[in-house]
Order: sequence, then structure tokens, then C-alpha cells
Amino acid sequence: MPDATDRRILRQLLLDPEIGNAELAERAGVTPASLWRRLDRMRETGVIRAVESRIDWRKLGYEVQVSLRFTLDKTEPRAFDNFVAAARKVPEVTEIQTFLGSVDLRLSVIARDMAHWQDLYRDSILTLPHVSDSDALMLVSTIKDVQELSL
Amino acid sequence: MSDAAFSPDATDLAILRLLAEDATRSAAEVGRALGMTQPATWRRIKRLTEAGVIAGRRIVVDEAALGFGVTVFLGIRLAAKGRASLEDFERAVTAIPEVQTVQHVLGQFDYRLRVRARDIADFERILRRRIMTLPGIGQVEANVMLSEERRPGPL
Repeated sequence: MPDATDRRILRQLLLDPEIGNAELAERAGVTPASLWRRLDRMRETGVIRAVESRIDWRKLGYEVQVSLRFTLDKTEPRAFDNFVAAARKVPEVTEIQTFLGSVDLRLSVIARDMAHWQDLYRDSILTLPHVSDSDALMLVSTIKDVQELSL
Repeated sequence: MSDAAFSPDATDLAILRLLAEDATRSAAEVGRALGMTQPATWRRIKRLTEAGVIAGRRIVVDEAALGFGVTVFLGIRLAAKGRASLEDFERAVTAIPEVQTVQHVLGQFDYRLRVRARDIADFERILRRRIMTLPGIGQVEANVMLSEERRPGPL
């Protein structure tokens, strides 16, 4: 279990994920050696699951981002598994979430432009299995996107 | 910096794939995996970073182990009558610490939010005291997240 010092480190790290280790140690009030040890342990125990590079898809020419929401036909017992397996095969899918609520599943999908989106939608999205209802939210702008937690 | 799309070659994509998985990999490690020298790999990573393709880091934590067991996605439609300005709504919603993501969208909703709470009771408090009191708020739809998977994308 992470203790108060671990939480202090994580709070600072989530607030500023690009922070260097020396600065992080100072802000969290620990020595660099202790920081190293604690980060190592948190990665080993899975408190920190991963440190990933964030890719800006727009910079790679993907201008369109769509949030697709699905309701599945639950009379089919394998609906979730089959749907997720099929969604994983679509390279333009960047996120898959499952929910308890009026929506069962959500996909984040990126496309180069509207023409590419139309092709993707017709060939890869409409063909996903066991869908009883779906709707799309087209991203206009991201106003806030932070990772911080009030630890 | 220009906003023009960066045209990555196969090597750039391979580097992105490795770093998207683990950003702490050194240029030497990435180079070894791809049969490249450390300096050549380092130059490519630098170029991808300077072009803004590598936009930063995401720390993926076990939120449940840290006492944040509940993530809720909200769809928000602003009220049509007496419509408050988008700026007022956006200013107020971004100030809520539990709201991690705010996106302006087109479709059935005007905004989508990602909210992090300790438990369902905590979420109810956030919903009632913070969300339902936002200027211009209309219809709200909440879906509690059960699982999440991030995919590498078209790399």
C-alpha cells in the first residue's frame, strides 16, 4: 500500500508528468535516492502501472476524433467479448471503455479527415457485431485533460 | 512551430510504438530493439518530440489502490433557454478538481466529461454540488466506467 510519502510523490508526478527526477524529489521532500527506490517499488507493485508517451495524433495528420457510444444486444451472451475483439482489430480505435449505464461501450476513433472517417465508419464501425444502438460525438476541442488526483 | 502534419517513416512509427508502451525506455534501449545506434535513435526521438508528435507522458496509476475506485463519463447538454455563455460553463467546469477531462463535442451532447471519484457516494456529492450547479447546465447522462483499455492506435 502506498504511504503518505508515496502519495506526495504521485500527486506531484500526476500534476506534472514531464517533471525531472531531481525536481520531483525536491517538490515531494525526499532525497533522490529515496525517490528512485519508491518509484521503483510503486512500479513493481503496480501502483504505477505504466509510464507511456502521449502521442498527438493531430501532428501525425489525424484531424478527426470521434467518441462512439454503443448499446449492445444483450440477448447474445458473448456480445461484449465479440464486440471488443472486433474493435481491437481496428487500428484507428485508440480507447475502449465498458460502462454500467445507458451506454454499454465507448470507442475513441481517429481519422485523417471526414472522407477517411466515412470510409472507416462504413467499413469498420458499422460492421462491429451485436450493436443494437449507437451514436457519435465529434470532438470540437479538448478544454481540459489532466491526470491529477487529490491524493 | 507549424501545425503541418509530420510525415513519419516506418522507423519513426516503430519508435513511437515502443515509447507509447513505455516512455522510460532510453534511446539506447529503443535503438537496440530496432537495430539502430543510440545517437541515431536519440536524434529521431528528439525530432518527434520537437515536432510535438510525442506530446508528453501519461502516468497510468492503479487508481483503485489509491482510493479512487469510481470513474464516470458524463454527457452534458446545455439548457436551451437562458443559455449561459460557453465561456462561463467552461470556466466553471474546468475548475472542478474531480473533473479530469472536458471536451466540447458535436452530437447528442455539447460536452463530455471524465470524472474521478472515491466511491459512488463521493460521485453523488460531486454530481449534486458541483455538476448540477454549473451555469447553463441542462441534461446530464452518467455512465459508470467498468473497464478501460488504451490501444496503440494506427502506428
